[in-house]
Amino acid sequence: MSKPLTLAHLKKGQQAIIESLAETEFSLKLMEMGCVPGETVRLEKVAPLGDPIAVLVSGYTLSLRKAEAETVRLKKS
Amino acid sequence: MENVPVAEISTANPKTKLKVALVGNPNSGKSTLFNALTGLNQSTGNFPGVTVDKKSGICNIYHPATGKIVRTEIIDLPGTYSLNPKSADEQVAYDVLCDKDNPDYPDTTVIVADASNLKRTLFLVTQIIDLRIPVVLALNMTDLLEAAGMQVDTEKLSSLLGVPVLSISAREKKGIDRLRQIICQRVPAPKKSFFESPSFSDKTQENIERYRKITSILTECVSEKREIPAERLTRRADRILTHRFWGYVVFLAVLFLIFQSIFFLAAYPMDWIETLFLQFSQWGAGWLPPGELSDLFINGILAGLSGIVVFVPQIAFLFLFIAILEDTGYMARVSFIMDKLMRKFGLNGKSVIPLISGVACAVPAIMGTRTISNWKERLITIMITPLMSCSARLPVYTILISLAVPAGKSLGFFNLQGLILMSLYLIGFLAALGAAFVMKYLLKTREVSYFIMELPIYRSPRWSSIGITITDKVKVFLWDAGKVIIAISIVLWFLSSHAPGSRFADIERKYAGYTGADAESKIAAEKLEASYAGILGKSIEPAIAPLGFDWKIGISLVTSFAAREVFVGTMATIYSVGDADNTQSIRKKMNDERHPVSGEKVYSAAVCFSLMIFYAFAMQCMSTLAVVYRETRSWKWPFIQFLYMSALAYLSSLLVYHLLK
Repeated sequence: MSKPLTLAHLKKGQQAIIESLAETEFSLKLMEMGCVPGETVRLEKVAPLGDPIAVLVSGYTLSLRKAEAETVRLKKS
Repeated sequence: MENVPVAEISTANPKTKLKVALVGNPNSGKSTLFNALTGLNQSTGNFPGVTVDKKSGICNIYHPATGKIVRTEIIDLPGTYSLNPKSADEQVAYDVLCDKDNPDYPDTTVIVADASNLKRTLFLVTQIIDLRIPVVLALNMTDLLEAAGMQVDTEKLSSLLGVPVLSISAREKKGIDRLRQIICQRVPAPKKSFFESPSFSDKTQENIERYRKITSILTECVSEKREIPAERLTRRADRILTHRFWGYVVFLAVLFLIFQSIFFLAAYPMDWIETLFLQFSQWGAGWLPPGELSDLFINGILAGLSGIVVFVPQIAFLFLFIAILEDTGYMARVSFIMDKLMRKFGLNGKSVIPLISGVACAVPAIMGTRTISNWKERLITIMITPLMSCSARLPVYTILISLAVPAGKSLGFFNLQGLILMSLYLIGFLAALGAAFVMKYLLKTREVSYFIMELPIYRSPRWSSIGITITDKVKVFLWDAGKVIIAISIVLWFLSSHAPGSRFADIERKYAGYTGADAESKIAAEKLEASYAGILGKSIEPAIAPLGFDWKIGISLVTSFAAREVFVGTMATIYSVGDADNTQSIRKKMNDERHPVSGEKVYSAAVCFSLMIFYAFAMQCMSTLAVVYRETRSWKWPFIQFLYMSALAYLSSLLVYHLLK
């Protein structure tokens, strides 16, 4: 069984649709910031040291750590 | 059309009072709108019970129907993304809007929304509509949309949301008058909720449904999303500014530029201020009748005052640069490129902003740590921020550097004095990281750390609001620090010009037959030594002698524990007491100071560097300790902070003195 695709796996410029969010302390925060199931996300930038990353979601740029991105499960758009 | 003659506003005595709250996402232009509405007519206070700053201002609105002036109080609530509060700042916004009994509960709420970012903004907007309180939606930055050829149908949006909607540009001051009119005509509360939440017990499901409904509204009211020019520019700029190599080069260059210009540009106005005070005290010495009161005025109050005012140019420059970095959106990039590095030290990318602000003043910097949601990361940031060299250390450094290194010396391209200054800041920063690293292992937590934040688009700085910020900070500094410094200056003047028993009389009798400058300075020196201040300084001399400090420096260390900048004022007081003319500048006096026995310079390079290191590390600021207590709600943390910083200062100073001696 292959690992599920998460936001942390996207390559620069790649985009996908958010399928679900894992239940975490920050999942509510992620949703308020526009990471809601059904939204399209695109990886915009990766910080110089490989972490955090910046994604385009809900029409603006959001930055988050890889560990947080791993909780966002994606499906191919 | 609604422009009211200024005279009419000032002569009228407005009775009607209206309370308006501004609420919105961070970076939505809320503060710009606040400034546009209130101008300089604003003040900063505290929300009751919490330490969050409350910015409020008065806006007088001419009501055309009644012909009266409506006095309106505008409250700028902290920026928030939702009504599910997670930080102290967000809690304040929530409390004010949700609690009818709150003293700040508004008559009308203006939601400021970034029109280029409507989807996320409407999340907050619809949550507020669901509170069923009178709401106006102000779509800010519609000019950005128009530049990209996009349009928002405000009428349709208004009918779908059930609240008045208007487009404004706070930056260009467009639509502000219309907003004022809507405010004073008082809007009704929305007739129905946007979203009936009780049907969903699950927050996740509610959020998904809320977004679905928002998306459907947006497709009806907003033309299809296109990349606006500012976004394109931001993308290009970020290719360099967040580049793995150039990103850091630019960041260091920015810091370098800031420090060099603080040292150079601020030097001119500082010279003027110094000269002015010198002339003023000369004038005072010539005109005032000799006696206790004149002495207190010239050598106590005036000397202390010049020590504060001389400092204003540097503070103003520092806050200017920090405000520009914040305002343009560059600070968020600094957090972005620094997060991973900072995490190694138990910090957060968001710690960088408090740390950099700590260069200006630890008090607002520690208050700025509220944006860090993780308690451990926030606590570590609070504990180490005072190690960053704040502007209060700057005059201490400035005077000591000028004593240790001759002016005009250079190392290649760089001014040597500027380089030493930069190294002191660097040492403070490295010590802060070291302390953080240790605390990372000492503090335990189970809380999850996260770093979820917006990278706003780059914008040109809004000079008028930067101007307001600088004026505000300088005022706070002059009043808050000034009060302490003046008080200490007076106490110090008393301690150094009075002695127990008949000591002064004895000294005067001893030199009774002598006259001339030599005898006078001997009398002055012996008097200072015999005074209360001298006794105090001498009693701690054994403890500080290993660091190369004499009892006069000892007096300054004692007084500096109230606030560091007092050092220069104390020096000024100590060296001008007994000197009737008070013509030499303090720098020259310290340079000329010799050991009474060996005849060597008291302020040798070793002593100067030892002192600089001591000031770099020691916790000598009552205001900072007080604010740490406020933010951590316990005396434990300021106490630990005081102990570890003092120990660090003493040991490092000892080391430096013995290496250089």
